Amino acid sequence: MENFSLRHIARGALGAIGAAIFALAAPAVAQTPAPAASSGGGINMIDTIRARGQLLCGVNTGLAGFAQPNSQGVWVGFDVDYCRAVAIAIFGTDQNRVRYVPTTAQVRFTALQSGEVDLLSRNTTWTLSRDTSLGLDFTAINFYDGQGFLVKRSLNVTSARQLDGATICVQPGTTTEQNLADWARGARINIRPVVIERLEDNVAAYLAGRCDAYTTDVSGLAAIRSAQQVPNDHVILPDVISKEPLGALVRHGDQRFADLVRWVHFGLIAAEEFGVTAANAAQLATTDNRPEVQRILGRTGGLGQMMGVDNAWMLNVIRTLGNYGEIFTRNLTPIGLQRGPNALWTTPGGQQYAPPFR
Amino acid sequence: MSDTAIDPRYATRPPKRPLRLSWSDERVRGIVYQIIVVGIVGAIVYWLYSNTVHNLDVRRIATGWGFLNREAGLPIAEYLIPYDPTDTYFRALTVGVLNTLKVAVVGIILATLLGTLLGVLKLSKNWLVSKVVTVYIEIVRDLPLLLQLLFWYALLQGLPGPRQAINPATGVFLSNRGLKLPFFEWVDVHSWALLLVVIGAIGTYFFHKAARAKQMADGQPRAVWPSAVIMMLVVPLGAWYFMGAPFTPDIPALRGFNFSGGLTVSPEFFALLLGLTLYTAGFIAEIVRAGILSVNQGQWEAAEALGLPRGRVMNLVVLPQALRVIIPPMTSQFLNITKNSSLAVAIGYQDIVSIANTTLNQTGQAIEGIAVIMLVYLTISLSISLFMNWYNSKIALVER
Ligand SMILES: N[C@@H](CCC(=O)N[C@@H](CS)C(=O)NCC(=O)O)C(=O)O
Repeated sequence: MENFSLRHIARGALGAIGAAIFALAAPAVAQTPAPAASSGGGINMIDTIRARGQLLCGVNTGLAGFAQPNSQGVWVGFDVDYCRAVAIAIFGTDQNRVRYVPTTAQVRFTALQSGEVDLLSRNTTWTLSRDTSLGLDFTAINFYDGQGFLVKRSLNVTSARQLDGATICVQPGTTTEQNLADWARGARINIRPVVIERLEDNVAAYLAGRCDAYTTDVSGLAAIRSAQQVPNDHVILPDVISKEPLGALVRHGDQRFADLVRWVHFGLIAAEEFGVTAANAAQLATTDNRPEVQRILGRTGGLGQMMGVDNAWMLNVIRTLGNYGEIFTRNLTPIGLQRGPNALWTTPGGQQYAPPFR
Repeated sequence: MSDTAIDPRYATRPPKRPLRLSWSDERVRGIVYQIIVVGIVGAIVYWLYSNTVHNLDVRRIATGWGFLNREAGLPIAEYLIPYDPTDTYFRALTVGVLNTLKVAVVGIILATLLGTLLGVLKLSKNWLVSKVVTVYIEIVRDLPLLLQLLFWYALLQGLPGPRQAINPATGVFLSNRGLKLPFFEWVDVHSWALLLVVIGAIGTYFFHKAARAKQMADGQPRAVWPSAVIMMLVVPLGAWYFMGAPFTPDIPALRGFNFSGGLTVSPEFFALLLGLTLYTAGFIAEIVRAGILSVNQGQWEAAEALGLPRGRVMNLVVLPQALRVIIPPMTSQFLNITKNSSLAVAIGYQDIVSIANTTLNQTGQAIEGIAVIMLVYLTISLSISLFMNWYNSKIALVER
């Protein structure tokens, strides 16, 4: 008799303990990511990052020119330099101040939403639905891109219109796969998709001949092409079927951090416009008497303080990484990309433009 | 208990006592505890739910199921029901569920057949056969399934391109685009004929049951196959013939980049099916072997002493007893095939996980997406379990 009810209690208690553990674990998951939002802008990402001592930056899993570990295991690339620039603006240096988190196309947004990363700098296209329904904010367009097709030269195809009936490799969870469907419908072309999650496996399928063409942003195609043993065996078709404005994203909720990321980008553009480079930044900081240059480099204006960082923020960034043009040339010229629309607005056809620093 | 003597034959259930509304009644205490525990769990679940909804709302992350009716815009390579990127997310997800079911059902059938064969072969008196099977079983069971899938997929990609396809018979092409088979243009008449085959199969089943019942009564075995042939073959074929015998062959041919026409087995589906079947067959073989070994040697001897040939001993005496040992672990293998089929994402087969993942990425509705995946696997798994439990109770030893 006694036994029976003891068993009851034990069973009930076990259940309750289990539920309690679950309940305790849950708020940890639910709240660490963005303790920010619920308290109405109480959280300050810049302070959080400072306190942690590191910026968590979501990057590509490996795309030459954009984000890839080099032979020493050090992450390099255009997107990586944006992570470093933000870290330098906050810490004054990027020595051990950035932790790179590789993300696939499929998991990148969840990684940012859940707080696994503070910043997503990973060839991500700004679209309306992403901006409004993901709880994320795009900061600025640091690369104007468009979607294209990569085919083997031996296929003898010169235009995407000839791809009727072709099998095309595409990564899931991208604007790429939706554009592909839209384009095929519009052009009345029949295509068969092969949708593989990991970039590496996807490219391998294209190389093995499973697909006739590979499609993604032209920048991505250039990166993939340049990584092949004989890049010249592959051609990027001239057709560009979409607009892909790429840029960094932050979580919705702390506008100050979004402002910082946005203005770091503008600072890099402005620096190029005014001829401030890695080599001359330190010197111009004391000698240049153009008012805007003085404000960018933190001699006057106290702009850094308005952002919640040191006044020498942009000086430190440019001294270490160079201006936008230098970052572009270092990372993207080697994979065969031209400035094109990413030239400064002062050059014909260029669209990169920074609002005034004042 | 008390000192009243109870006939142990009736003691399956303790005697009922009326419920006393008192803390000293152990049943009342039990009910109170259970209500408290359920209440606590319910409150926690509710709190988790409202907390989540609140947080999502504060972070401006979309919630709700409205996205199901929006245009998906996703390209999907293989579908069992017509699909176009202009269809809704709901349809896209349905296509994903059907793709999961397709590979799971075919995989379960093939793995069972192959596994049973291997299990029997492992018991073979032929040393070489049994050793080869043992080595096979050890290898497939010890290598991670994902690795095996990637291996098969890479192997299939290594096949020649469509222009150099292997062409062993007219209309049959094997290339890195998959296996192409000749087929015919499917029209309504074919669907009707197929329906008759299914009805014929059901009829055959009942005929078989009736024949068995009669055999039990008068000891006369009756042949089932003639009526089976009539019901499942002659009738459907006749119906097809009288409905005009439509038949337009659809032979695959190389047109442009690819083959068009005919039936296609894609490399993605094939690699997944191959991987799942070969892997799971290794486990099933061990289960079948253990089941057969669990039947006492004396059963064989006794049955043989009655003059039954070896094949019938296996079918009538050993297997029915072995099945009782085999079925329960088999259920979990079937569940494994279904769940492991979610590795499809790695090799580009668009199952429910692949499509739900893309959906949640495109709509940003992770919780809903994961809920869909869980619901689908839960439903499939519970259905398999229920069916297997029913089958298990049917073949269980009838105790008298
Ligand atoms: N810009 C597109 C596509 C971005 C994208 O993910 N591109 C692929 C192909 S180049 C990629 O970078 N994959 C790398 C990875 O998954 O690690 C988007 O935002 O959806």
